[in-house]
Amino acid sequence: MTAADTPLLEMRGITKRFGAITALDHVDLRLYPGEVLGVVGDNGAGKSTLMKVLSGLYAANVGEISFDGNPVRLDSPRDAQDIGIEMVYQDLALAGNLPVYENIYLGREPGRQRFGFKIVDRKLSRRMAKGHLDRLHINVKSVDQKVEELSGGQAQAVAIARATAFDARLVIMDEPTAALAIKEVGKVLDLIKRLRDQGTSVILISHRMDDVFFVCDRVMALFHGRNFEESEIVNTSRNEVIGWIMGTKGHTETLAHDRL
Amino acid sequence: MTVSEDMLQDEFETPAARRMRLVEKYGVFAVVILMIVVLSILEPDIFPTTQNLTNVLRQVAMNALLALGLYIVIMTAGIDLSVGSIMALATMLLAMADTGGLPWPLALFIGPLVGIACGAVNGLGLTVLRLPHPFIMTLGTLYSIRGITNLVSGGRPVSGVSPEVRFLGSGEIPLPFLGEFASFPVSALVVLVCYGGVAYFINKVSLGRHIVAVGGNPQAARVSGINVDRVLLIVYCLSGFFAGLAALLMAGRTGAGFPNAGIGAELDAIAAVIIGGASFFGGRGTVLGVFAGVLVMGLLRNGLNLMDVSAFWQQTMIGMIVVGAVYVDVLRRRAGAAS
Repeated sequence: MTAADTPLLEMRGITKRFGAITALDHVDLRLYPGEVLGVVGDNGAGKSTLMKVLSGLYAANVGEISFDGNPVRLDSPRDAQDIGIEMVYQDLALAGNLPVYENIYLGREPGRQRFGFKIVDRKLSRRMAKGHLDRLHINVKSVDQKVEELSGGQAQAVAIARATAFDARLVIMDEPTAALAIKEVGKVLDLIKRLRDQGTSVILISHRMDDVFFVCDRVMALFHGRNFEESEIVNTSRNEVIGWIMGTKGHTETLAHDRL
Repeated sequence: MTVSEDMLQDEFETPAARRMRLVEKYGVFAVVILMIVVLSILEPDIFPTTQNLTNVLRQVAMNALLALGLYIVIMTAGIDLSVGSIMALATMLLAMADTGGLPWPLALFIGPLVGIACGAVNGLGLTVLRLPHPFIMTLGTLYSIRGITNLVSGGRPVSGVSPEVRFLGSGEIPLPFLGEFASFPVSALVVLVCYGGVAYFINKVSLGRHIVAVGGNPQAARVSGINVDRVLLIVYCLSGFFAGLAALLMAGRTGAGFPNAGIGAELDAIAAVIIGGASFFGGRGTVLGVFAGVLVMGLLRNGLNLMDVSAFWQQTMIGMIVVGAVYVDVLRRRAGAAS
C-alpha cells in the first residue's frame, strides 16, 4: 500500500439524531490526500449535518473518525481546526462588524501573551492577511474594510481565505457557489482547483452538477441520511448523479428530468 | 487565476451614508461640546468653574462605572438589568463587613467580589440554563438581589463606613494651582483608569475582540473556535465587577449602605450607553462614546440644576435624548441600506 492509498480522512458509521429524527444513519466517508470529493444529495439528505460533525460543530451519536490514520475526537470547531480541518459555511459565518483581516484570523489572532491575555498584533495581522490574500490572488481594496460592506463574492472569498489561513489539510465547502453571481462562480471553482494543486483536500457540497463535474475527482451521494452511491467522476455522468440525488439507480434515461 | 477586481471591487459610500457615519461617530461629542458652550454662556459665573466641573465628575462617577459594564454587555447584544441591585447588595455587604470589624484592606475587595459573583450568576443563567434572553435572567436577579439586600440588612441602612474604605469614593487630590479649594476627585480618577483599561481591553486584547465578534455574529465566533459561552460568562462578570466597584464609590460618597440604593440606576446606565452611540443590536460602539454619553446626562442634570429647572424636566429631556440618539442610529442604517 502506498502513501497515496492511505486515506487522509475516514468517517465510519456516523449516526446523528436530533430528537426523534435520524439525520445521519451509519454514514461512511473516505477522502484521500489532495482529492476533491463532491458530496451531493437532496435537501435534508444529511450533507450539511455530516460536514458539521466533521467540523466539530455537532457531536455524532455513533461513529468513528480517523484523520491521517489516527482516531480523533472533534468536540468543537477548535479541535477540528487544530488538526487542519476547516470549513466554509453556507452562510459564511463572518462577523460583519469586523474588518476583513480580523475575520480571517478571528479566534487565532497573532499576538503576544501577557498576564494570561493575548495582546493582538494588529499590524502583523494586517500584513499576514494581505500576504495571504495575495497568495490566493484575491484583491481587496483594503483589509480594513468591514465585511458587511462587501459583496457576496467578496465575502465568499474572505471566508475561503479564513479557511485556508493556517495550512489546512482539508477544507470543507458547503454550497460555496449557491449565492454567487454567475461570473463569480468560476473564480471560486478555480480557487478550489488551486487548493488541490497545493495538496489540500477539499470536500465540496453542491447542488450544481456543473461545479461537481468541473472540480471533483470523486462524488458520493447521500439519500435520506444514508450512503447511497459513489463513483470516480470519470466513471459516471451528470444524469446518473442526478438520479442518485433523487434516490434512483440505473434507469436515469426514463427520468422526467432528462426529458426537459 | 485571479479573483479579480470585479469580484472584489469597492462599493463607494453614498454621501448620505458618509454623513450619517460621521454623525454616528462624532455626534455625541458635538453634543457634549455644545452643552458646555451653552451652559458657559447661560451660567458664566457658576458653570465653568473648577468647583462645578469637578462636581459633575463626582456626580457621574457611579453612573459612569455602571455604564461601562453595560457597554461591554450591550456590545454582545445583551442587557444587564441587575446592576442597580448588584450595586445595592455590594454596598450593603461592604458597609456591614467594614462596620463589623473586617480590616479595611480586605473590605475594599468585598464590593468588586460581590459584583463578580452576582455577574457570574447572570452569566450562568444565560449559558447553563439557556434562558432565551439576558433580559429574563437579569430581570430575575434585579428582583432577587434587591430582595437579598433587604433580607441581609433588614431593610435598614448601615452607616459608619471607615475613612480608609471611603477614600476611593470621597477622596480629593488637591489642585492648589487652580485655587485654594480646587481639587480633583479620586472617584473620577478611578473612572478614568477603568475607561482607559476597558478601551485597551476591547481594542487590543484578543478576548476583547472576541466580545466584539460575538456581538457581530455569535455563529461566526463559534465556528472560529471561540468559546462563546465563556465569553458571555466573562462579560456578565465584568458588568457585575463594575457594579461592585460603583458600590465601593457609593459607600465612599455616602459613608453608608442603603438597601434602596441604585433603584433605577440600570436604566440611567443603559441610557448613557445608547446616547453614546452603542448599538442595542451589538457589535457597535466605543468606550469614548459611552463616556460622552455619561457626560451628556451629567451635564444636563448639572445645567438644569444650576438654572433651577425642576427634576421632572430632567427626566423628560433625558428620555427625548435617548430617543433622538437611537433615531440617529436608525437613519444611519437606512442610509447604509440605501447605498
